[in-house]
Amino acid sequence: MAEEREPPPLPGVPEPQDAEDLFVSAASAMEDAERSLSPEDISSSSNGPKAEPMLLDHDPDDLFAEATEEVSLDSPERQMILSDGPSPAITPVTINPRADVFDRSPDQDEDEEENRDTFDIQISVSDPEKVGDGMNAYMAYKVTTKTSLSIFSRDEVCVKRRFSDFLGLHSKLASKYMHIGYIVPPAPEKSIVGQRLGRRSSAVTELDPDAKACLCCRYLLRTVKQPALLKDPDVLQFLESSELPRAVSTQALSGAGILRMVNKAADAVNKMTIKMNESDAWFEEKQQQFENLDVQLRKLHASVESLVFHRKELSVNTASFAKSAAMLGNSEDHTALSRALSQLAEVEEKIDQLHQDQACADFYLISELLGDYVRLITAVKGVFDQRMKTWAKCQDAQVMLQRKREAEAKLQHANKPDKLQQAKDEIREWEGKVQQGERDFEQISKNIRREVGRFEKDRVKDFRVVIIKYLESLVHTQQQLIKYWEAFLPEAKAIA
Amino acid sequence: MEVSSAEAALSVSASSIRITDVTQDGDVLTFALTSQKLDSSAGVCVFRIYEDFDWLQQSLFSQENLPGLQGIIFPPLPSKALPSQSNTQTKALKQLGFLALGQDWQSYCKALEFYLQQVAAHPTLCKCKALDSFLFNSESPGKQRGRKGIFNRLSQAVEEMRKESHKDVDNFFQNERNKNTNLAALSKVATEKLLDVVMTEQKLALACGHFSTSLHLCVNQDDASAVAFSKVCLKLSDVIEAVKRNLEKVASNNLSTLGLGLDLESRYQEAEKEMLFRRTCKLIELETVKKGTEKAKANKREVLEAFQKAVEKEFNLISSVAKQEIERFHSSHVNVLKNFLIGWCEVQLNTAKEFAELYSQHLEACRNMYSE
Repeated sequence: MAEEREPPPLPGVPEPQDAEDLFVSAASAMEDAERSLSPEDISSSSNGPKAEPMLLDHDPDDLFAEATEEVSLDSPERQMILSDGPSPAITPVTINPRADVFDRSPDQDEDEEENRDTFDIQISVSDPEKVGDGMNAYMAYKVTTKTSLSIFSRDEVCVKRRFSDFLGLHSKLASKYMHIGYIVPPAPEKSIVGQRLGRRSSAVTELDPDAKACLCCRYLLRTVKQPALLKDPDVLQFLESSELPRAVSTQALSGAGILRMVNKAADAVNKMTIKMNESDAWFEEKQQQFENLDVQLRKLHASVESLVFHRKELSVNTASFAKSAAMLGNSEDHTALSRALSQLAEVEEKIDQLHQDQACADFYLISELLGDYVRLITAVKGVFDQRMKTWAKCQDAQVMLQRKREAEAKLQHANKPDKLQQAKDEIREWEGKVQQGERDFEQISKNIRREVGRFEKDRVKDFRVVIIKYLESLVHTQQQLIKYWEAFLPEAKAIA
Repeated sequence: MEVSSAEAALSVSASSIRITDVTQDGDVLTFALTSQKLDSSAGVCVFRIYEDFDWLQQSLFSQENLPGLQGIIFPPLPSKALPSQSNTQTKALKQLGFLALGQDWQSYCKALEFYLQQVAAHPTLCKCKALDSFLFNSESPGKQRGRKGIFNRLSQAVEEMRKESHKDVDNFFQNERNKNTNLAALSKVATEKLLDVVMTEQKLALACGHFSTSLHLCVNQDDASAVAFSKVCLKLSDVIEAVKRNLEKVASNNLSTLGLGLDLESRYQEAEKEMLFRRTCKLIELETVKKGTEKAKANKREVLEAFQKAVEKEFNLISSVAKQEIERFHSSHVNVLKNFLIGWCEVQLNTAKEFAELYSQHLEACRNMYSE
């Protein structure tokens, strides 16, 4: 079984250009080039990636599509984190926030390509524990990766990571991939600004450790779902190596947060000043769609938060009622009535537990899904913005070229041969830049189209999975209720 | 309601009493009442307003020549409902509790119905002429006012509180008073807690409704993937809508069975409390008279002794009636609660089965749809 995917070459080691390895080498070369750019200075490099961008045109589109299929969410039957059997039998259900809610397993229905690696990777983030104390204390999470993929050195690997490590990983990936149009999954960072009953949602620093672990887990799963990111050495290092260099820039979360806010503000200003001649209606339409979607998702998220809130309130009230019923039962003289009232109290306590479980399902399935997508849309919008920046760069280069040409023309007139040569050199330089800029723009546009397609497909899949899981939780709750009521009925009837 | 053997002496069949309809005109609720005389198969329908019920209750209180009347536990009449718009729901809830909830005053009508059935089923009260004219006179009897009851409801005056805790001479009654005080408080609390649960269930249903509507608005037909996503949103919207209906049903079940039952229980415990209090007041009166008699000078003594004898006779009569009433109350309250608990359990079980089925159908449909 020929392996199509080889591990990316080590940085700096040139890979022989082999026909079969076209894609791999192109990707790795691209990564090489990107890495040579300093993360803080991605947009100013004048000479662009050295690799032959032509290779990328050999349409990796097909491969990507296939990769998407492979990585796609499993058909719903296999997605049950709940029961073992296919039918919703009465099985104990715990929506365990630590387990990865979106279990990725190979989709084996589509088998178009012959030489396919079975894509199989499971990630879980669990066991949050406090490390250190005082000002330097932090939460460490256990990240477990189980996979049969060859790019990983082991089948199962377990590492400890702290929260800032996740942010650091995102920061690296964003700097490498966003400007070429890849939708990099957003950092498991600040919660979206939802309107929970008129108040703003709390930052993720206020989430309880389990919810945070779940958030980080979903972040990692989304990241590895993208074939390009999966191969990224930073990702691999994050998942595999026992020690990770501290991500300094994200250390002070508030500091980094402020920096990000400043960058966002700068971007916003830039956006206003860049008036792009959109030649491609697709981009305009899509941008509008994403704007609309953003608004809708935020509204939905706020709705669900209200739902979760009320359900928790119901749980509290049910428990309170159970207590009062128990006290009533204790004071009642009549034996059978007393027992029935005590049973009533027990039933209500169990119902309270069901409410709590359901609130969990509401939150982890629906609320977090919507939250994730609101954050993802921000990443998508970011990528569109990058495209605009690339266009602007290209325009600037053209303007410069024009100026250089004008300058050369003037010099020719003035007849200064020494300066003329310099001018001609500069013209050549800027011609190159213009060409590069145009290629970059084309590339990012192409990437975005593909990424958006992938995003939209995944979106449907994600939501479908969630609906099924949610329905399963509802069915389970009802079946438990039936059990409780059927057990209580004879007690009530037995009151003489 | 149970049919006791005492009904044979009545003219009306307690279980036939029904409030079949209620209409609202501004501030006034008019109830349509049907009942059946034992010796006829025809039902009689009359229309009554709250003031008529109040008149009936006052008439029952003020019956003359009924020994030991004060020892009777009078079936509690719900407070007057004030349906005007200016009355906010919080006010209504405070005043009526569970009876304020539910659609179209259903619970309130049920409570009035129970009240009448209990009066009609009571061995002594059913003989009251007022009941007959209340049930069968086409003209509203409430027009005859002015016959105020001889006792008022328990007030919260400090003096009353002191009397309430007056030590009893009879162990049986002392025990009963203690238990009753306890049970009255506990059942009131339980009723309030269940009311909180029902209110929250309704709020949650509302939140589900909002969410479902928001999902419905996410429809977008721009391109194929948008259509696919829209379908998913609509499906989720349907599911959440089902959850909403589920919650509404559960809340309404709670309200119409257990809620009603606990409310009745709570008010009945209060009624027993009032009866016991009346007896305690009589006891205090007797003890005061006794002390007075002991201190009296010889010439007044005979008169006072005769008076004391009369009070004592009254007190003993009240106590014996009370004892019977207490026993009757104990057995009937067990039965009433039993019926409500069974009703509650059955109706919740049905709802659970109904929605288990519905959710399963949705689940099947989704699995089939999404595996394509």
